[in-house]
Amino acid sequence: MAWIDSSLSGQVVALQLKSERAELIAGNIANSDTPNYKARDIDFRAEFERRMSGELGGSLRTTSSMHMTPQGGNASHIEFKEDGAREDGNTVESEKEQASFTKNAIQYQVSLQFLNSKIRGLKLALKGE
Amino acid sequence: MSLESVFGVGQSALVAQTYRLNVIAENLANAEVAAATPEGAYKGQYPVFRSVLNEAGDSMAMGVRIDGTVEDQRPARSSYEPGNPLADEDGFVYMSNVNSVQEMASMMAASRSYQTNVEVMNTAKDLLMRTLTIGQQ
Repeated sequence: MAWIDSSLSGQVVALQLKSERAELIAGNIANSDTPNYKARDIDFRAEFERRMSGELGGSLRTTSSMHMTPQGGNASHIEFKEDGAREDGNTVESEKEQASFTKNAIQYQVSLQFLNSKIRGLKLALKGE
Repeated sequence: MSLESVFGVGQSALVAQTYRLNVIAENLANAEVAAATPEGAYKGQYPVFRSVLNEAGDSMAMGVRIDGTVEDQRPARSSYEPGNPLADEDGFVYMSNVNSVQEMASMMAASRSYQTNVEVMNTAKDLLMRTLTIGQQ
């Protein structure tokens, strides 16, 4: 049933990516008072294109932010915000992160809605009613 | 599923902010405690946080760990109170170096941060609940 897979895969990848992004932003908000913490985010377009092109390899775990993620690993297009650091070296802008988190949550629901509609369409086609 | 680890990250932040509130309460409670010597006076405490990778899995998100507290190095406030039994020969007693206004501001920041993290976890919960109903009806 490859055609079902391929008709759903775009939304599934987007959903996965958005949930990973939610996690990253939650980490930023949680670390808004941690000295020397650098805010991070996913380059959504680049990462989405990479995953859609079928480069999904095994995921390697990094235990330090200094480790490099190999090509084909988990979410490799992660950006660190270096500018605008406060006195303690922290670059999190709490209000901005809150806004991005909400925006990301809405986009996640949009993806869910699309996925639901596709599934409904497929069901309709299968039943033929 | 990454959305679930939002709860771990959020929870670590709630613990950290609660700890910060505790330290602030301690500072404020001891702000007006007098001592006979500058060394004996209460020193304000500040919590230090550190970010750690989630132990649970392969995610990139960072939780918060409490690294302990550091002492405020500012000198103790001296106050001229010759009637105080603790006063030295010049009539001075020594108060803590806690700045109450600064502590109050820090308290507001801690409670805001706590609220924000609760909000984040609530949103993650809503998203997960919606995900559970995928493909129904």
